[in-house]
Amino acid sequence: MTRISVTVDGVESTDEVEPRTLLVQYLREARGRTGTPVGCDTSNCGACTVLVDGRAVKSCALLAVQADGREVTTVQGLSNGALHPVQRAFHERHALQCGYCTPGMIMAAVDLLRETPDPTEQEVREGLEGNLCRCTGYQNIVAAVRDAAAELRGAS
Amino acid sequence: MTTVERPPTRRAEEIDNDQHPVGHGRMLRKEDPRFVRGRGRYTDDVRLPGMLHMAILRSPVAHARIVSVDTSAAEAHPGVRAVITGEALAAQGLAWMPTLSNDVQAVLATDKVRFQGQEVACVVADDRYAARDALELIDVEYDILPPVVDARHALDADAPVIRDDLEGKADNHCFDWEAGDAAATDAVFADADVVVSQDVVYPRVHPAPMETCGCVADFDPVEGRLTLWSTSQAPHAHRTLYALVAGLPEHKIRVISPDIGGGFGNKVPIYPGYVCAIVGSLLTGKPVKWMEDRSENLTSTGFARDYIMRGEIAATKDGKILALRTNVLADHGAFNGTAAPVKYPAGFFGVFTGSYDLKAAYCHMTAVYTNKAPGGVAYACSFRITEAVYLVERLVSRLAAELGQDPARLRLANFIRPDQFPYATPTGWVYDSGDYAATLREAMRIAGYDDLRAEQARRRERGELMGIGVSTFTEAVGAGPRKHMDILGLGMADGCDLRVHPTGKAVVRLSVQSQGQGHETTFAQIVGEELGISPDDIDVVHGDTDNTPFGLGTYGSRSTPVSGAAAALVARKVRDKARVIASAMLEVAPDDLEWVKGSFQVAGDPGRSVTIQEIAMRAHGAGDLPEGVEGSLDAQITYNPPNLTYPNGAYICVVDVDPGTAQVRVRRFVAVDDCGTRINPMIIEGQVHGGLADGLGMALMEIIAFDPEGNCLGGSLMDYLIPTALETPDWETGFTVTPSPHHPIGAKGVGESATVGSPAAIVNAVIDALAPYGITGLDMPLTPSRVWEAMQGHPTPPI
Repeated sequence: MTRISVTVDGVESTDEVEPRTLLVQYLREARGRTGTPVGCDTSNCGACTVLVDGRAVKSCALLAVQADGREVTTVQGLSNGALHPVQRAFHERHALQCGYCTPGMIMAAVDLLRETPDPTEQEVREGLEGNLCRCTGYQNIVAAVRDAAAELRGAS
Repeated sequence: MTTVERPPTRRAEEIDNDQHPVGHGRMLRKEDPRFVRGRGRYTDDVRLPGMLHMAILRSPVAHARIVSVDTSAAEAHPGVRAVITGEALAAQGLAWMPTLSNDVQAVLATDKVRFQGQEVACVVADDRYAARDALELIDVEYDILPPVVDARHALDADAPVIRDDLEGKADNHCFDWEAGDAAATDAVFADADVVVSQDVVYPRVHPAPMETCGCVADFDPVEGRLTLWSTSQAPHAHRTLYALVAGLPEHKIRVISPDIGGGFGNKVPIYPGYVCAIVGSLLTGKPVKWMEDRSENLTSTGFARDYIMRGEIAATKDGKILALRTNVLADHGAFNGTAAPVKYPAGFFGVFTGSYDLKAAYCHMTAVYTNKAPGGVAYACSFRITEAVYLVERLVSRLAAELGQDPARLRLANFIRPDQFPYATPTGWVYDSGDYAATLREAMRIAGYDDLRAEQARRRERGELMGIGVSTFTEAVGAGPRKHMDILGLGMADGCDLRVHPTGKAVVRLSVQSQGQGHETTFAQIVGEELGISPDDIDVVHGDTDNTPFGLGTYGSRSTPVSGAAAALVARKVRDKARVIASAMLEVAPDDLEWVKGSFQVAGDPGRSVTIQEIAMRAHGAGDLPEGVEGSLDAQITYNPPNLTYPNGAYICVVDVDPGTAQVRVRRFVAVDDCGTRINPMIIEGQVHGGLADGLGMALMEIIAFDPEGNCLGGSLMDYLIPTALETPDWETGFTVTPSPHHPIGAKGVGESATVGSPAAIVNAVIDALAPYGITGLDMPLTPSRVWEAMQGHPTPPI
C-alpha cells in the first residue's frame, strides 16, 4: 500500500492505495465520486475523463499514485450551485441522452475550450475525438460546445 | 378489411411549435440536471454495506470439452469468499437457464464450452481486484474440439455437433421459417420481364452501449427477499423469469433498473452474470456486484444481425416491381437467445416487402447454431427489420441500376399509395398509414436531389467518385397485440398508473424502462397534454418492479406505441372521473361540461369553470362527492395494442470515395422521418442523430468477425470501431406527419428508424459511386481495404 494525498473537487484527502489502483477506481470507490464512469478497458472511450491539474486525462489510464500531490476535478466539482456554461449548454442543446458519456465529454470540452476558446466545428470534432458517444450522433454535442465557447468568451 | 379513417398529412409548422406551454412540443429534458452534474445513478454506482464483487472466468477457446476445473488455488486466495463452477450450479439445478426463445443456455459450462468468452466459473471476493486476481488461479483443462465458424458449413454432414446437450440433436439446425406464398411468388417471377438477384450479407455487429451489463444482487436470507439492481430494459419480464428459474415467488423479488447508460437491445436478455451474482449473494449472504468489462460485453453478450441473404426482385421492363423472393441463412451462435415474440423466431423479418405495392413475396429462412456468442436481435433492429429493410433497399437500388432508372423515381413509382392504407402486405402485415411519396419528396427537396445528380455527372467526367444513395423504409414497431405476441408466455401489453395529488401535481408510473430515450420528459408531456397539467408538475417513475405496473419493457421502439397509448388513456380515465366531480362542483350535468385544456367549463358559460387542480383538491377533500365516486383522482390501465405502428422514412446519402485510398467519406446525410404525431421534436431529432451514427458505424466500420479457430476478432474497442465525432457528418433532418389512426394520440414509434434505414442509404451511395468500376454489390463494413479490393476487381468475400 502507498500513501497518497490527492485534492478531488477541492477536498484534500490522504489515503492508502495499492500502487496498481487505477485513478478512476480510486475516485469512484475510495472517494465516492461515482459521477465519473467507466466505458471500456482499452482507453478508447473517454467516459472517465477528468481534469488533473487542469488538463483532461482518461482516469482509467492513470494510476492513483500518479495523482499524488495533484488536483483532480471531476464533473461533480465543476461548479458549485449554478451549472458551468458547458453543463448548461449540454442541457439546452440536448447534447445527452443516457448521460453515460456526458461527464467525460463535458470535462474534455472544458479542457478543449481552455486551449481553443473559439473553436470551429471541425476543431470541436477533432478535440472530442477521444470521447465516444453512442446516443447523440455527436451533432448536438458539437453545437453545445460551440455555444458554451461563445458564452465563456463573453464572460471573460 | 376494416375501413380506417386516415387523417391528412399535416404541415410541419402546425405541429412543431416550440415551447408549447403544456404538453407536446420541444421541451428540455427533466433527466439532464442530474446527468450533467454526474448525479445519475447507474448500476455500478450502487454501493451497499458489506457488498462483495464478482468476476467471471471465460473460455479462451470456441469449442472444447471441459475435462476438469481446479479451483483450490483461487479459493485460497486472500479476500475470496466463494468460487462457483458449473458443477456446483448443476447441483442446484441452475447450470442451465431458459432463453427468450425457448432454448436453453449454459449459466456456467458443465459439459463443454461452445463459444470463446463463454462463462466457465466465477469468483466472489472482497473487491474487484481480488476477484480478478483469483480468476487467474483457476485451472481448467480443455479437450479442444473443431469449431463451426462459417454458418454456410454448419449443416455439412461432417460438421461437429455443437448442441449435443439437446436430446437426440445430431446436427446444427436451429429452425426453419417461412413467410408469404411460395407458389404465387414463383409464378410472378416466371412471367416477369426482369429478374435481378443479389447476395446481401448483413454482418455480425454489436450494440456496444457505453455502459456494459452488470448488476448488484442482494438476497436477504431472513425475509427470503431478493433485490436486484440490474441493467435491464425489461425489469418486470426479468422478475418473472427469475421467479421461474430460481423458485422464488415474484412478490419476494424486486428488480430495479436504475439509470441505464444506453441499452440498444443489448440489455433485454438475462445473462449468466446476473444469475451468478444472485447465486453468489445466496451463498455468501451479502450483496454481490458484477460489472463486466468492455471486452466481455463485446464477446459474450447479445450480438446483432448475422444474416446471409440471397434476394431476388422481379419487375416489368419499365420498372414496375412485381415480387420479392429471398432465402436467408441466419447465424444464431451457440444458444438461441434471440429476443423476439415467441411466434416470431425470425422477428418481424416478414416486413421485407418494404414500402412497395407488390403482387407476391416469399421468404425461406434456415437458422443454424455456430460456435459464437448467442444473440441476434439487438442494436435497434425492431426485431430483424434492420435486415429486412437493408435487403429490400439494396435490391430496389440494384434493380434501378439494371434498368438504367433513377433509384428515387423508381421508388416513387412503386410506393404503396396513401389511399391503399390500411394496407395488407403479401406476407400478412397490415400497415396502418403512410404517405411515402410525400416523405421521399421532402428528402429530395432538402437534399437538392436533381442538383446532386447534375453535380455527380460533372464530377464523374473528372474521374471523381461521388455517389448518391437512397433508402426508403417502413418500420413495424409497438409489439404488440397480446393475442399474437408474447415473450415466453407474457403478453406484450403495458400498464400505466396515474396518481393526481390533492394540489394537482401528479405521478405517472410506467412499465417501460428508459435507457436515454427521454421517457421522464415525454411521458410527462403526454399526461400533461391530456390533463392540462404542466409536465414540470408530473413525475415519471419507471424501472422498479415494486413500484410500477407490470409490462414488458423498452425495446422494439415500443414505448410510445404501447405505453404512450396507455399514458394518454389513463389520463383520459382521470379526466372522465374529473368531469363527474366537476359536475357536482358546478351543479350541472356532466354532459353540460366542456373540457378546455386544464379545466371543465359549463357549455355556453365560460365564466363558470373549475380547473383540474381544484377538482383534485375536491377529490381528496372533505366535501360530498357524486354518487359512486370514492374519492382521489387516480387511475390505472393496461393497454393491449390493436396493431403495430408503421413509421416510415426517406434517407438520402452523398458519399465521396477517394480513388487512391478507397476511403469513404459521408459528405451529406438527409433523413426525413414520419412517426405520426410528434410528442417532443427535440428528442426525436436526437434519437435520429444517434441512429444515423449507428448506421454509419455499421456501414463503414463495425464488425464482429472470427478467425477459423473461432477467435473473436472484434473483442475490444481497439478493433471494434465505433464512429467518433470525426467520422460523423452534420445530419440534416426533416419530417412529415402521418398519424397512426389506431393510436390514441396518433403517435408511432421512431427510436430505431434511423438505425434501420441508414445503412442501405450509405451502401447504395458507395455502390453508386463505384459504378464506373462495374461494381453492383458490396458487403459491409465498407472499410478502405474492402472497397479498395473491390475496386481492383477482387472483392473480399463477405465476413
